[in-house]
Amino acid sequence: MIFESLSNKLQDTFRRLRGRGKLTEKDVNTALREVRLALLEADVNFKVVKDFIAAVKERSLGSEVMASLTPGQTVIKIVNEELTKLMGGSVAELSQAAAPPTVVMMVGLQGAGKTTSAAKLALLLKKKKHAPLIVAADIYRPAAIKQLQVLGEQLDIPVFQMGQQEPVQIAKAALEYAKKHKHDYMIVDTAGRLHVDEKLMEELERMSATLQPQEILLVVDAMTGQDAVNVAQAFKERLSLTGVVLTKLDGDTRGGAALSVRAVTGCPIKFAALGEKTDAFEPFHPDRMASRILGMGDVLTLIEKAQASFDEDKARDLEKKLRTQQFTLEDFLEQMEQLKKMGPLNQIFEMLPGMGGMGKKLKDIQLDEKQFARTEAIIKSMTKQERQNPKIINSSRRKRIAAGSGTRVQDVNNLLKQFDMVQKMMKRLGKKEKGKGIRRFPFL
Amino acid sequence: MGLFGRIKAGLQKTRSGIMNRLEGLFSRKNFDDGFFEELEEVLISADLGVETTLDLVEDLRQKVKDEKLTEPDDVIAALKQLLLDILGESEESLEPPTEKPSVILVLGVNGVGKTTTIGKLAARYRRQGKKVLLAAGDTFRAAAIEQLEIWAERTQSELVKHQHGADPAAVIFDAINAARARGCDVVLCDTAGRLHNKASLMEELKKVHRVIAKALPGAPHEVLLVLDATTGQNALAQAKVFNEAAPLTGLVLTKLDGTAKGGIVIAVARSLKIPVKFIGVGEGIEDLQPFIAQEYVEGLFHAD
Ligand SMILES: Nc1nc2c(ncn2[C@@H]2O[C@H](COP(=O)(O)OP(=O)(O)OP(=O)(O)O)[C@@H](O)[C@H]2O)c(=O)[nH]1
Ligand SMILES: [Mg+2]
Repeated sequence: MIFESLSNKLQDTFRRLRGRGKLTEKDVNTALREVRLALLEADVNFKVVKDFIAAVKERSLGSEVMASLTPGQTVIKIVNEELTKLMGGSVAELSQAAAPPTVVMMVGLQGAGKTTSAAKLALLLKKKKHAPLIVAADIYRPAAIKQLQVLGEQLDIPVFQMGQQEPVQIAKAALEYAKKHKHDYMIVDTAGRLHVDEKLMEELERMSATLQPQEILLVVDAMTGQDAVNVAQAFKERLSLTGVVLTKLDGDTRGGAALSVRAVTGCPIKFAALGEKTDAFEPFHPDRMASRILGMGDVLTLIEKAQASFDEDKARDLEKKLRTQQFTLEDFLEQMEQLKKMGPLNQIFEMLPGMGGMGKKLKDIQLDEKQFARTEAIIKSMTKQERQNPKIINSSRRKRIAAGSGTRVQDVNNLLKQFDMVQKMMKRLGKKEKGKGIRRFPFL
Repeated sequence: MGLFGRIKAGLQKTRSGIMNRLEGLFSRKNFDDGFFEELEEVLISADLGVETTLDLVEDLRQKVKDEKLTEPDDVIAALKQLLLDILGESEESLEPPTEKPSVILVLGVNGVGKTTTIGKLAARYRRQGKKVLLAAGDTFRAAAIEQLEIWAERTQSELVKHQHGADPAAVIFDAINAARARGCDVVLCDTAGRLHNKASLMEELKKVHRVIAKALPGAPHEVLLVLDATTGQNALAQAKVFNEAAPLTGLVLTKLDGTAKGGIVIAVARSLKIPVKFIGVGEGIEDLQPFIAQEYVEGLFHAD
């Protein structure tokens, strides 16, 4: 997974946060220091990290922290929101020329993956029934043109080349060729160059002036370190960049460069390259990526949903029951129904306050979706009395319940065992958290 | 521009970038927390990584305290020494290979500059009067063989190649035998770029390594990992995993002619004790320089 290591880092941080109940300003600072280190380790540029942390801190210390969620959850929410904001909104599309061809220039440092990405993008367009033309304008690197020709042949996409002639001349001729041969897209592979190479940067400017491209995509290696901001800045100053292609995302890099480049250029990341095969190329999903960075996508969804579907009164009621330890199977059923509204089960427990060590135990009781339905059926086959006082459920009652719910006696036994476990755990929770942790989560 | 001028020009950028910040930093009167925080930032922005940076700054704090340092110059010197301790002060270059033939295997992730480095190394050995053979071990990437072929022509080296898609181990096996038959001094083996998290490709590398040892006992004499100076913390993972597949004898740090500082080599040298042997400072045939730790570290701290 792309951002797995970063995710783990952040998750550790928040696991620590969650266990603490209310956050003081000092807590926020400590937590954000951890976030800061995690982001730096992920290669997010230190200035970008600074801005990010400042934004989160400002928001965290404001009144919003005291809103409906626990402070820890609020910080999770804010970090995610700011991260999402930084990554940009929705999936970005390629813009189109009013009159074809739509010209796309691929630019970037040496070794970033321009040539392969040019071919991959052409293939993506071809699959969408377009008629792309690939233009070989890297006249410097040995065998760069040959590389494109081989790829073009492999993909059955025409490649325009004029050997080592001047790139601006190639651009001019290619444009004519594309018009004449009714290509609706023209992908121009340019030579890799350093952003400080005056002569070659100037060459790009001239090519751009000639081609008047609809898209200039900066190709960036996902493994890039702190320097990503300098590169992005320099390319942005010379060319009207319209987007970014992030390559080599199939590696295990944390990919913080994505955040850096995005912050510097303000351009959307449009495509992600995920492998050496020519079809390993997709539209980039910034929202997905942001929540991937946090590794808490589903958890965040849950926080939102919990907020929406939560019923204050019922929660207060439940809290009282918890304290007096009168939690019944009926409550259990009701909680499960609440849960069902909230989506995937496996992550629910991850997010619960104070559940650190209990995560594993909860895994043992395997709350998968199928079992969910079964559990529901079983409880529904019980009498009211049985639901309120499961102790009276003897073996003949168990048989009856099993038959009534279309399950096996074994399933009924399992459920009762589970319920017993949950009840015990809740007693512990109730004691430890004094009801605080469950405030937002009536299902426990 | 002469060779030395080139690396200087390359390092100049490394310098000025850090220097601008350091000047402000060292004009401070006293070394408070803010001072060390700024120092952390300087190191982080050079890609040394969080762990290495925090450790270094911690060590430096201790040194400042123990040795009662008060002058900015002394603090710079102390930090330089800490860096040199990590990098090793000796010149760890590949000097004219002594075995005949000497087999040098070149590894790295995609696009770091393996093939170009091989071209530059070939030129270097040719200048030393050696007979060089290039093995086209990248049989995967489109036109990789043709690319190496051009470097063979440029450096007047021999070339052994198979078809695209052939077994790289077989190519390199043949190359070593050819080198023996033709009396070559050095065999430089190109390999396909591979991300270190692709288990099957790393297995392929192990096989290449085994086959080299079989073709010539004692070989490979050098296993070089090429790291791109623009790469961030991932380079550390790269070094670790490649080192497991084929024990590395040295690093080559490429693209130092840009603005990237390549500080991750300090983290790599620190955790794996693998020396940096060469740096790449351009795309030209002569843009390869032996790595000199002193110079690299000096370069980080002196404006001229
Ligand atoms: N500026 C600069 N560019 C370099 C340097 N070394 C290599 N390059 C460029 O980086 C690009 C990739 O270099 P290659 O030698 O093809 O890299 P590789 O590791 O063999 O790539 P694959 O075989 O595709 O994995 C080329 O455009 C080289 O000219 C260097 O030291 N400085
Ligand atoms: Mg290569």
